[in-house]
Amino acid sequence: MDAIFLQILNGLDKGGAYALIALGLTLIFGTLGVVNFAHGALFMLGAFCAVTLNRLLNTSFDRVNEAKVDFLGKPLVEKVPYLEQWFGPEVSGFLLDWSVPISLLLAVFVMALIGVAMERGLIKHFYNRPHADQILVTFGLAIVLQEIIRHFFGANPIPQPAPDIVAGAANVGGLLGLGDNVYYPWWRLIYFLFSALVIGGVFAFLQFTTFGMVVRAGMHDRETVGLLGINIQRRFTIVFGLAAVVAGVAGAMYTPILPPDYHMGMDFLVLSFVVVVVGGMGSLTGAVLAGFLLGILQSFASMTEVKSILPGIDQIIIYLVAVIVLLIRPRGLMGRPGVAED
Amino acid sequence: MIATFSRSDWLLLIAFIVIVLTLPWTMQPIGAAYPDLLQKFAIYGIFAIGFNILFGLTGYLSFGHAAFLGVGSYAALWSFKLLTMNVLPALALSIAVAGVFAFLIGYVSLRRSGIYFAILTLAFAQMSYNLAYSVLTPITNGETGLQVRAIRDSAATSLRDGDVRVIDQFLGIPEIGVPISNLFGMKMSGYSGFYFCAALLILGFFLALCISRSNFGMVLKAIKSNRNRLEYTGVNTRPYLIAAFVISGMYAGLAGSLLSITDPIAGAERMQWTASGEVVLMTILGGAGTLVGPVLGAGVIKYAEQKVSSWNEGILHNAVALLPEPLQDLLVWFFSFFVGEGWHLTLGLMFMIIVIFLPGGLMEGFRRLRRAFSGGRSADSAKTATTSTVQEKS
Repeated sequence: MDAIFLQILNGLDKGGAYALIALGLTLIFGTLGVVNFAHGALFMLGAFCAVTLNRLLNTSFDRVNEAKVDFLGKPLVEKVPYLEQWFGPEVSGFLLDWSVPISLLLAVFVMALIGVAMERGLIKHFYNRPHADQILVTFGLAIVLQEIIRHFFGANPIPQPAPDIVAGAANVGGLLGLGDNVYYPWWRLIYFLFSALVIGGVFAFLQFTTFGMVVRAGMHDRETVGLLGINIQRRFTIVFGLAAVVAGVAGAMYTPILPPDYHMGMDFLVLSFVVVVVGGMGSLTGAVLAGFLLGILQSFASMTEVKSILPGIDQIIIYLVAVIVLLIRPRGLMGRPGVAED
Repeated sequence: MIATFSRSDWLLLIAFIVIVLTLPWTMQPIGAAYPDLLQKFAIYGIFAIGFNILFGLTGYLSFGHAAFLGVGSYAALWSFKLLTMNVLPALALSIAVAGVFAFLIGYVSLRRSGIYFAILTLAFAQMSYNLAYSVLTPITNGETGLQVRAIRDSAATSLRDGDVRVIDQFLGIPEIGVPISNLFGMKMSGYSGFYFCAALLILGFFLALCISRSNFGMVLKAIKSNRNRLEYTGVNTRPYLIAAFVISGMYAGLAGSLLSITDPIAGAERMQWTASGEVVLMTILGGAGTLVGPVLGAGVIKYAEQKVSSWNEGILHNAVALLPEPLQDLLVWFFSFFVGEGWHLTLGLMFMIIVIFLPGGLMEGFRRLRRAFSGGRSADSAKTATTSTVQEKS
């Protein structure tokens, strides 16, 4: 029982990441009708926002400490972050400790900028081109983005710390009254809550604002919205920016769980596409549900009990589910009949 | 089929044969005339021709073709390990295995089209890749890669310690040192390896030409322009699509087999989806739907890969040595993004530029140039109206 509960928890944080990326993908596909193969790269860029901020905060200079000596007997040269020099050790320690959550601010700003630039500069010209062209050009863009990151940050994963206060594991069993033997890392729980919050925010935005209403109408029937005299183009740009921000913050918050490297985007992209397809192309609820569902399924498949019966199932479970769903229910779990069902 | 070849088709075929066979001389000025690279030209040319039969003719974008390449290489290596170092059984086995594999995947994937087809093929390829790395390690040897070894000492030792090569042992063919693949004694490395690949490239090109000019090819092209309308006229398109998918899978298997033949080691990274992306790029770069385009694209990309990835900052400094110092540094700093390890960045940019500005690929570029130089006479403008027919001719 505890093992099963733990596997569900395990699936939730990964599922959260899938759901956030898939949400953006669906939003873009539903409104703009564009298949964005660079969405994983946006996730990766978000993660590197966190890395960049951490590096910036750590920028330091050499200071000679006369009180101590190094092993050669000379005065010790210490690396002191500029932050410590300016604000004192307490503030700088606090900032460094909380660099990942703080990087969300940077990520929102940077990703909004990148998203808008990408839509205006590239995607806009591909609205009326075939899907194959859209896939290819965004695939090329994804390669370019990840290679630029590799040029500056190298090929190795760069671990990012979670704040000390949530570094340990939470006694989840105790909190829920299930006994004291279910422990789970705090940060993963926080990630799940965070993704739920972001998803809730996006849904509320689409549900309760006029802008969101127009976007939803656009997902239903773009042509009619255009005929009503609404400038759908400008809203597309904002939608794309929003999707980029969602992917970016998802990436930034994921860094303490998985040390980011330059090709993490590609790994997540393939899975997120599968999530979108399983959930139903163009269905936001479907994308979110399928994200969590596949995350949980994947963590169940990697249990040793399951693996001993079906070896290798953990490697292919997501793709297998996608193949089955596409074949017996082509529009996905929550897709509307008739939408992109060819 | 051959009867339907026009005179220009024959000319094209002859020109192709001449160009391919003279590559060791014509490539000398640009420093590409060494067997290793020439073999790659031919092998990836075959891969791209096969991919083009699916993507170029029917318009179905498969993102999982590298899986067939990988399966082909593994099959060839197993033929080397179990049967003989002769390449003919390896080729036959690879093509057959890749064909069966393609049939299974195609049967399922082709129930959908458009992006769904792309994602389904991608899913299958990723599945194969993941399995090759994990559960199937007894067959694929995981990260180390599968390779040929000397014949094992006795029947008691396992296959891990040495190969069997039943036929070679039966025929009593002696083996000295590391076994090398051969065609009845002729070693398949160096230039003889290239000419073997080139012969198969020419054969593959000829078959593609046949397909393109046959009724079968016409149906495939019709599927690309409008599948629904074709079905309304009473044609069941599914068998045609599956056939095209299997044929292109077999081409990929052949290419994979040749990779193993020229260098008897196979790793799972050949099946990764970036490898699938590479063959898409080759086809697009040359010109999807044209006959020569994919081969041209494969050549350009393999050449650029070899050259660009071998450049470093020293070479860059030499290249701009005449300029003033600060400008030199700036240029070197800028271009260092694109060379050496940054080769993939160049590749990605090439990809984008081609898709954005020249969706028809290099062949389209040549056509535009020709049109521009001939001054847009009326005969030419008539030709441009029916671009599709022009595309077929080239």
